[in-house]
Amino acid sequence: MKTCLVVDDSSVVRKIARRILEGLEFEVTEAEDGSKALEACQRKLPDAVLLDWNMPVMDGFEFMGHMRRLPGGDQPKVVFCTTENNVAHIAQALSGGANEYIMKPFDKDIIADKFAEVGLIPVGQAMV
Amino acid sequence: MTPTEYEYLRKFLRDHSGLDLSADKQYLIESRLLPLARKAGLSGIGELVQKLQGGSSALVTSVVEAMTTNETFFFRDKVPFDHFRDTIMPEVIKARAGRRSVRIWCAAGSTGQEPYSLAMSLKEMSAALTGWRVEIIATDLSQEVLEKAKAGIYSQFEVQRGLPIQMLMKYFKQTGETWQINPELRAMIQHRQLNLLHDFAQLGSFDVIFCRNVLIYFDQDTKINIFNRLARQIEPDGFLVLGAAETVVGLTDTFKPIPERRGLYKPNDARAAAARPALAGAPPRMAVMAGR
Repeated sequence: MKTCLVVDDSSVVRKIARRILEGLEFEVTEAEDGSKALEACQRKLPDAVLLDWNMPVMDGFEFMGHMRRLPGGDQPKVVFCTTENNVAHIAQALSGGANEYIMKPFDKDIIADKFAEVGLIPVGQAMV
Repeated sequence: MTPTEYEYLRKFLRDHSGLDLSADKQYLIESRLLPLARKAGLSGIGELVQKLQGGSSALVTSVVEAMTTNETFFFRDKVPFDHFRDTIMPEVIKARAGRRSVRIWCAAGSTGQEPYSLAMSLKEMSAALTGWRVEIIATDLSQEVLEKAKAGIYSQFEVQRGLPIQMLMKYFKQTGETWQINPELRAMIQHRQLNLLHDFAQLGSFDVIFCRNVLIYFDQDTKINIFNRLARQIEPDGFLVLGAAETVVGLTDTFKPIPERRGLYKPNDARAAAARPALAGAPPRMAVMAGR
């Protein structure tokens, strides 16, 4: 089973994302800010990170920079999931090492499409 | 919805669009027509049927459009576009190296996601197409849908279905809450209104025809008729691309499936030649591929 770390300061968003990702057969862990997410990654890197941008303590972009420098930190697929819905932020995320980018609001179809796009789930599964 | 109302709508749709619903598609009618009825200030399907029987011509168009418009998104099903990149275009580039032009028809172009996906694929391979004339014709039954395709403006929700983020950044411009595809890609596509039930010989001859998820609505005889007419519009070495749930097998031998390439068909030489009148493709306007 693939693992996904959901990083968002909203417990409601984490809960919705967890339900969708468990439906896509991911084992889900949660973190409420970038700093907690980084601690989790230092213990064990997930296969995927669904990552909010604006969070207290450490934001998603800063977290990604730290995570990418961990041993093996280039491996997890990072999918941003944020209300920062403009070209400047998207470009910054991609050049900083993000693999995909979801603009909130999101639903199951968008998550499935984006996860299929980066090879986390087979394409067919996104069609269901 | 009463059985009488359902039967009326079935016959109505068959007569007006060739849409041939089986006896158990009540849910489809309700999901598509109930919102339309409400929007028109009607109480429900019953009153909508009464209006249609009363001869409301504005409603006729909206009902046909609501029933024949498909959900669509960029690079839908992905595999056909992989085939387009890895099988179809390499072969076309080789076969047409002399005249350096390619004509592509999206026979159910809908709101534009499919023709624009093809345009993006072609842009991605523009190094191999420098100096080529590329023509994409996108047709659809619905004028309203064509207008949307022409504008190339999509909601944030629509651009997140099937479209890799890198392509969004590369080929779209953000305007407030919406995203518009670049003028260069819009210029690659001609949009035309067309009912597949009617004659389409005037479109000329194509190297590639995408005809996905539209024939499923038609009855067997109509499907066979359309396949036979498609065979006359396709080059002998051209490609036909059908939807994942569609096939020619058991319907016509004017096309044959390509082994190991699901959804891809080639004209069956002898049969297609017999069906083909001696016509030359009549290419009107073409976009020249500028290259990088």
